Amino acid sequence: MRSLIVFIVGIWMAFSMAPDALAADGPRPGKPLPSITLTAPESPAHKDYLGLSGGGSFHIPQIKARVVIIEIFSMYCPHCQTEAPMVNDLYKKIEDTPSLKGKIKLIGIGAGNTPFEVDVFKKKYQVPFPLFPDPDFVVHKAVGEVRTPCFIGVRLNSDGTDQVFYQKVGGLEGVDHFLGLILKQSGIDQEQ
Amino acid sequence: MKQMAFAFLLGCATVFTMGPSAYGRSDAFKENIYDQGPMKPRDSHLKVKVGEKAPDFALPAMSGGKVSLSQFHGKQNVVLSFVPAAWTPVCSDQWPGYNIVKDLFDQHDAVLIGITVDNIPTLFAWTRQMGKLWFPVLSDFWPHGVVADRYGVLRSDGMSERALFVIDKEGIIRYIDVHDINQRPRLEILMGELEKLPR
Repeated sequence: MRSLIVFIVGIWMAFSMAPDALAADGPRPGKPLPSITLTAPESPAHKDYLGLSGGGSFHIPQIKARVVIIEIFSMYCPHCQTEAPMVNDLYKKIEDTPSLKGKIKLIGIGAGNTPFEVDVFKKKYQVPFPLFPDPDFVVHKAVGEVRTPCFIGVRLNSDGTDQVFYQKVGGLEGVDHFLGLILKQSGIDQEQ
Repeated sequence: MKQMAFAFLLGCATVFTMGPSAYGRSDAFKENIYDQGPMKPRDSHLKVKVGEKAPDFALPAMSGGKVSLSQFHGKQNVVLSFVPAAWTPVCSDQWPGYNIVKDLFDQHDAVLIGITVDNIPTLFAWTRQMGKLWFPVLSDFWPHGVVADRYGVLRSDGMSERALFVIDKEGIIRYIDVHDINQRPRLEILMGELEKLPR
């Protein structure tokens, strides 16, 4: 009987200690983004877009922006394929809006996708923003093994901290609708 | 004391091994995917080899009629993609990827044929979530798994392996990948094998 109680206590403690990776519902709004390391893009245009200098690896808070929208996608995911043109429109809308350009940056991370597979997706849908491979699901695990596509909004604060303010699995439900949510929930609409 | 420490560690280990396994899962399938957890990576013995003539078959196609291997003889290279079962995690995210690279198959004068041991109604319902597929999907349901068995990729539980066979225009097997059933084969490896085929 005592062993059973200790077993249950073990389960309870393990749940309380379990890393975010065990949370299948993804990063929670209000919490910092789990640490994600990416390799800087080779494309000078993409490096410039992200405000990165040099090569090697970088962390998302190093991106020069107030808000970063991360799309967790996969070239193998039918919804990601269907949504791709709309996500491109979202990027274009941000870049074409002077008050948003430079403040909101968009990246995609291909869950379980190799560089080749990410490149296939990029070429197929002519994706204009930076896409990163995640062949061994490292990032995918860090964000809770969410279904794809999943959109995560992260606010980068001036004191160097960051905070997830939005996380949703599924489609955008319209560029204007999505952008409205991002502006409102990140609080940057109050700063304009 | 030792017994209690063991119970505690067992409790912790139980939780950590319960964590979701690493594969992508498209929202297209919502909560409709049956996840039975990690499976034995491989559970069959190949009955064919690279360099041998690929056994011919004719199976019912989801789109109607039958598709045979021999109908491509002398015309196109063939990639057979066996996936274990409809409505399972990795399978549901394999063919949708192939569905956007028809141009890569075309470049190598290759046709893709998808095969599972599911029946046609199941394949119909499942593949509808993937969008319109450009390649034929065949049912190896009855007699159950006869083609999978002929190639040596029928598992003891009645599913097939996650296996790829590249067959050239002469009907000769040029590449076999009986993949870990829990993982998706990388696309560039398959494309590299198609690249090796004579033009």
